[in-house]
Amino acid sequence: MAKLILLCLKFIILSSAVEAVFEDQVGKFDWRQEYVGKVRFSHFDTHVQSSKKVLLATENNVFAALNTRTGELFWRHVDKTGPEGNIDALLQHGQDVVLVVGNGRLLRSWEINVGGLNWEIVLDSGSFQSACLVGQQDNVKHVAVLKKTVISFHYLSNGHQKWIENLPESETVDYQSVYSDGNGEVYALGIVPHSHIAIVAYSVEDGEIIKQMSVEAAWLSNIQASCVVISQGMLTCVDPLTVSLYMLDLHTESQMTQIPLQSLGLEVAPGFHPVLVSTQPNPGRQPLSEFFLQLGPDYYQLLQLNNGQIVTLRDFKPAMLVSFATTGEKTVAAVMSPKNKTASSLNLFSAETGRRLLDTTLIFNMDPYGGKPEKLHVQAFLKKDDSVGYRVMVQTEDHTLTFIQQPGRVMWTREEALSDVVTMEMVDLPLTGTQAELEGEFGKKAAIQDGLMSMVLKRLSSQLILLQAWIAHLWKLFYDARKPRSQVKNEVTIENLSRDEFNLQKMMVMVTASGKLFGIDSKTGSILWRHYLDNIPSNAAFKLMVQRTTAHFPHPPQCTLLIKDKDTGLATLHVFNPIFGKKSHVSPPALPQPILQSLMLPLMDQDYAKVLLLVDDQYKVSAFPSTKNVLQQLQEMASSIFFYLVDSTQGRLSGYRLRTDLSTELIWEVVIPAEVQKIVSVKGKRPNEHVHSQGRVMGDRSVLYKYLNPNLLAVVTESTDLHQERSFVGILLIDGVTGRIIHEAVQRKARGPVHVVHSENWVVYEYWSTKSRRNEFSVIELYEGMELYNSTVFSSLDRPHAPQVLQQSYIFPSYISTLEATLTEKGITSRHLLIGLPSGGILSLPKMFLDPRRPEIVSEQSREENLIPYAPELLIRTEWFINYNQTVSRVRGIYTAPSGLESTCLVVAYGLDIYQTRVYPSKQFDVLKDDYDYMLISSVLFALFFATMISKRLAEVKLLNRAWR
Amino acid sequence: VKMARLLQFKIAVVSTVLFVVCTNLVCCNNGRRVGDAMDTEFSGFSVPLEHSFEVDDVAKFKVRGALVLKAGREHSVSLTQNQLSEEDRAKLKEVAAVDGLYRIRVPRVFLQADRQTERQMDGYLTAFVRACAMVESHLSDVIALYSDVSGYLIGVSIVTLPGACRGTEVEDEVDLEVFNTTLSIMAPVNAPGPETALFLERMEQETEKKGKNPQEQKSFFAKYWYLILGGAIFLMATNSAQPPAGGEGEQS
Repeated sequence: MAKLILLCLKFIILSSAVEAVFEDQVGKFDWRQEYVGKVRFSHFDTHVQSSKKVLLATENNVFAALNTRTGELFWRHVDKTGPEGNIDALLQHGQDVVLVVGNGRLLRSWEINVGGLNWEIVLDSGSFQSACLVGQQDNVKHVAVLKKTVISFHYLSNGHQKWIENLPESETVDYQSVYSDGNGEVYALGIVPHSHIAIVAYSVEDGEIIKQMSVEAAWLSNIQASCVVISQGMLTCVDPLTVSLYMLDLHTESQMTQIPLQSLGLEVAPGFHPVLVSTQPNPGRQPLSEFFLQLGPDYYQLLQLNNGQIVTLRDFKPAMLVSFATTGEKTVAAVMSPKNKTASSLNLFSAETGRRLLDTTLIFNMDPYGGKPEKLHVQAFLKKDDSVGYRVMVQTEDHTLTFIQQPGRVMWTREEALSDVVTMEMVDLPLTGTQAELEGEFGKKAAIQDGLMSMVLKRLSSQLILLQAWIAHLWKLFYDARKPRSQVKNEVTIENLSRDEFNLQKMMVMVTASGKLFGIDSKTGSILWRHYLDNIPSNAAFKLMVQRTTAHFPHPPQCTLLIKDKDTGLATLHVFNPIFGKKSHVSPPALPQPILQSLMLPLMDQDYAKVLLLVDDQYKVSAFPSTKNVLQQLQEMASSIFFYLVDSTQGRLSGYRLRTDLSTELIWEVVIPAEVQKIVSVKGKRPNEHVHSQGRVMGDRSVLYKYLNPNLLAVVTESTDLHQERSFVGILLIDGVTGRIIHEAVQRKARGPVHVVHSENWVVYEYWSTKSRRNEFSVIELYEGMELYNSTVFSSLDRPHAPQVLQQSYIFPSYISTLEATLTEKGITSRHLLIGLPSGGILSLPKMFLDPRRPEIVSEQSREENLIPYAPELLIRTEWFINYNQTVSRVRGIYTAPSGLESTCLVVAYGLDIYQTRVYPSKQFDVLKDDYDYMLISSVLFALFFATMISKRLAEVKLLNRAWR
Repeated sequence: VKMARLLQFKIAVVSTVLFVVCTNLVCCNNGRRVGDAMDTEFSGFSVPLEHSFEVDDVAKFKVRGALVLKAGREHSVSLTQNQLSEEDRAKLKEVAAVDGLYRIRVPRVFLQADRQTERQMDGYLTAFVRACAMVESHLSDVIALYSDVSGYLIGVSIVTLPGACRGTEVEDEVDLEVFNTTLSIMAPVNAPGPETALFLERMEQETEKKGKNPQEQKSFFAKYWYLILGGAIFLMATNSAQPPAGGEGEQS
């Protein structure tokens, strides 16, 4: 019997939790976008003429190859985050790319066609300085890596070390650069700042020091910033103080010759540090004798070394960016110069002569909502008539890559800023024009103003509009039906955006670390608007708030982004329309004081914008919008507006109450000594969360009421003592209004990182158990007991009894990256936890498994309640992965939003990639299945209907006959 | 049986509640300071409990009583407090009339320290309750002090019983004279880890039970003889039905 029941239970669990995707559903409700991050190095694959690859190494430690025709990824390798995976150098030779990774820790060679690893070797410790390929007679076989104290030489074919030599006098000399030009020698260039340059020449064959010299250069402080090597080994440096070039022949001379720029007729813009740009097309040969000298922010000069004399070839003014590119034997210089406010033009110039090449103009239209161009990556190629053609990849400040072909056709753009999403919101789409018309008709204002007659006319006109729209819709259906399936595409543009029946399509407003905002259609993932905010501080913290939703037609929806400099605390507000991305005409208040806290109130002004309160460091409160109406409401409500501040450095949590004059008063204080434990996170509940059920029905039909305190905060602390026996994780549940500690628990022998979700009457947290060396989940649930204290309304000020606290812990077999709970419209659907795993999977774990009432011994009542018997381990079932094979790299956050359907929750996971999908925690109980048999049901209905008609008729006849009898 | 189980469950609930409430039982040393704790076990020390209630809500704290804290394996606390003076009673009612706050504060202290100088730390812990609730409950309040793992006082809370403000007038001045305080000091609860040992024990028991159960040890045929028999009969039946069908096929 027990076995049978167990079987039944298992069946119930399985049937309630299975929610894998069918094969034909792949990509139907979900999409993924893959990014690489801000580009640090790029290399066009030139070893095959027809190649369409560009290799990128990025600041996010990603090495990838893009298709230059479409902008899609061929392949991508995601390394460790942080300095360990940092890509220091990228060198390409033929089919191989050599990367130096992790501050010179690893040397790797990749095959670029399929992105396979050729070899990898571990280098000796020491901080990386420079690397270069070394060739002899056009034959590149080695790579030289310069570190702080050693120079090592490796074979390109297998990575084996050919030789390694200690650098002489490395305690005093700062070696910064390595150079080779194919004559069998490798030069290590070092410097003693403000004294002299040290040059050591090594033999390629055995690493023997051939030559060692030291040249007076008291003015020089950094070789890499101010020197290049040109022509036959001429080290050329620029000195901004004396405004002159210094040249030194690495092969012979031991004296630097000074060439004042004035003698060349050149002048440096005041306050500008001149920069030299040179090129070495082939590592086995000498660099070109032509080079650029940047003399001002938009002033470049092309110079040439001709028989030991510097000759000016051409000046470019104004020019924003320059770049050399080589194809075959030809080297060209691409120069970008501004054309007008919105466009700039690119031209090719012959590097040898400085002459402009014919028909090489390319127009680059700058996005008015984008950043300025920052870098040019030029792909030059030889046309059939032996002239040089080119395409160019422009990198702008907002991390966007734009690939352009002549005469200015944009082939693709990639928004790499999206690899670093900081925060996001989902906003309902607006109604269509016709729906809005109807809304307007029944608006309150209209009804009061107009009389009966005009109302009737309005009604008729709106009905007409509806009819028109319907006919248009039918026509479109008919028109589309004739076309083959594949051609019918519902292109989403900003004009035809409208809410769908079930509000499943929304606008995703994403804020990225670079300060670029995006509006993305949640259904297709296409970017509908973008807006780059310049002058964002590099360490900014962002908070995005929806002040007005789309529900208040004709007022446009409004979002406010709070941008706060973490160091100074100074903040600015950016107010915009989340649907179109346009900056709002509402001017935000200037915030001269550092901001401590911001909070959205449920209060609305007369235009239905929610009130945002900002608390500055003087504990004064300012409101936005701050109309008379708002201030009046605030004065009335002041005594019931409470807020809290957290100072994690001092461990102080303090509560404040608003006064009528918008000043504040301190009302409670909790101080957690910072020398013992530090506050790592404070989590409240989401304001848009609904709880449908007040309690849980127990096995004996009594009700256990939930403790639903909307002001409850979960405070997580970690001990400062990290010893594995003494470290602990603390959980405090504090009422945010009264400062009362509802529950205080300590998880001993545990360590962070702690991930917390706080919702309804439960808190789930995950930590690392140092004792058992595993990850564990713990769940706390709060109950009021068998009866409610005050069932009508919850007030933190009037809840004298402490709730019952139940807690249980489980083993989880994986690390986790992030944790979030699903959210639905009315809170009827059961909850799932969405867990982002480092492996790139997103696990949907039913909350049912994290329930402290799971019994250790199964009883009749627990069975009645559908409680799963306690098992210490939470299993990861493969069908719980909501993103099947769509790996989300480095997932950092999961955002959940309710849809119009109670069963459906929209999920966005972001990290390096962005993944959007829907989840149905209780399956689609309010949706008919795709394969629902409408035909059968309707035919049965019709048949029944006719049967009743006929039988009725027959019965009538029978009755009549009987009456006659 | 059902009643018994219900009782069991209730006991479980009550015991968890007791566990939460009676945190005096909870061991509270952090492993390092065992010796210190033993030394101070018998020496209590006193800190002032202050309160403030002003019509203009600007806090002016005055001494309400003295808390005597005893540290040790089980912290304990007791309170001696003064009566409210007539002036104060009038003021409290006044503050209640304008819906002001009644605040209390205690200094931050470190319970495990040996010397008085080490115990006191700068800063206070404050809490509040609506003054009207204080008045309407006839000064019956519940004050809880919270300490952390290592014995620092981290928070204080005050609630009144009953907690609501219904606007009932308190006629008798005597009701507002003496505080009726319930005092407790709470240390953090040890959060449970995964219960592997118990689970394994249960599993073992189950397997043992299975081993003992003679039904489980029966052979395959003994277990499923009825299925096999049924299957055999079914097969025979279908076989015997076939020949006529085959005959028909041959005829046509």
